[in-house]
Amino acid sequence: MKVNPEFFPLTQMAQRFVDQLAQCRRLGLTVLEASEHHVLIELPYSTELIGYPDTGVIHGGVITTLMDTACGSAVVSAIFQKYQSLEISPTLDLRVDYMKPAQPHKPVYGFAECYKLSSNIAFTRAIAYQDSIDDPIAHAVGSFMRISPEMVGDAFRQALMGEAVPPLGETDELK
Amino acid sequence: MNSNKPTEQKTLDVQGIVKRATELNDFGHLLEHVPYAKFIGMKVERFGDELIFKLPAKDDNIGNPILPAIHGGVIAGFMEMSAIVQLMVFMQTAKVPKVVDFSIDYLRAGLHKDSFAECRITRQGRRVANVNINCWQTNRKQLIATARAHFLID
Repeated sequence: MKVNPEFFPLTQMAQRFVDQLAQCRRLGLTVLEASEHHVLIELPYSTELIGYPDTGVIHGGVITTLMDTACGSAVVSAIFQKYQSLEISPTLDLRVDYMKPAQPHKPVYGFAECYKLSSNIAFTRAIAYQDSIDDPIAHAVGSFMRISPEMVGDAFRQALMGEAVPPLGETDELK
Repeated sequence: MNSNKPTEQKTLDVQGIVKRATELNDFGHLLEHVPYAKFIGMKVERFGDELIFKLPAKDDNIGNPILPAIHGGVIAGFMEMSAIVQLMVFMQTAKVPKVVDFSIDYLRAGLHKDSFAECRITRQGRRVANVNINCWQTNRKQLIATARAHFLID
């Protein structure tokens, strides 16, 4: 998988956003690409995430977390590009269809788009895949509530712009 | 995380595990077989004929650091796992049910505290089961999320 942050200028901002979420740091999510139109995130395989012990297949909940994060990052990126402002949008709803199990010991990629941004709601869709996006593991549709930029604290804003030193809530280091 | 260590493939005797859990009246036993349940730290307890699932507050489960709130995906994973256990216990499925689709509505922010879930099997066909899952924190009437899902059962 090629990483091209020069071509997709929002990649680093989206990665900083993802890094603010403790669960995503724990999962080791990496933003490979981000633009006003899309976000591509990689989820590495880990035996801790197994949901089906007889096959080693990861739990559906992990895919849901990947989809929620990818869709949420797509909303942040779209709003950032369109309004030059930072908003964090909570998820209103999310539906995930699981087409086939993810193969063990391989990363899963989540590709999300924010295909419509209205004044109150952001509409997103996402696909999770391994070898090819044409052979998906899961498909998701989600809507997000838009919250005024004032709700984003200064510390969070600085962290997303790459100005703050430690991520929020990182004072007592994990483990 | 040791991500590349291959896991040994062993068939999970779901009915045997459920039977043992029923005898011991310890359903936490079921969750020990699923690494993801341990990863998010979920628990289960039986009250008569009911199972109540619990997701104790855990720093690693945080999404929004401002509130702070539990990551929506973790809440969804917790509810999905709850539905799977509910099906294994009450429908005596031979295998771990496979999720087909999962649809969740987030009603309130899931704050950084203990969360609970209960499931209702709406309909069970021969191959597919429909399950409703509700999740709350301090008050059972103030749900933080509600979900419905389909599972393939063999």
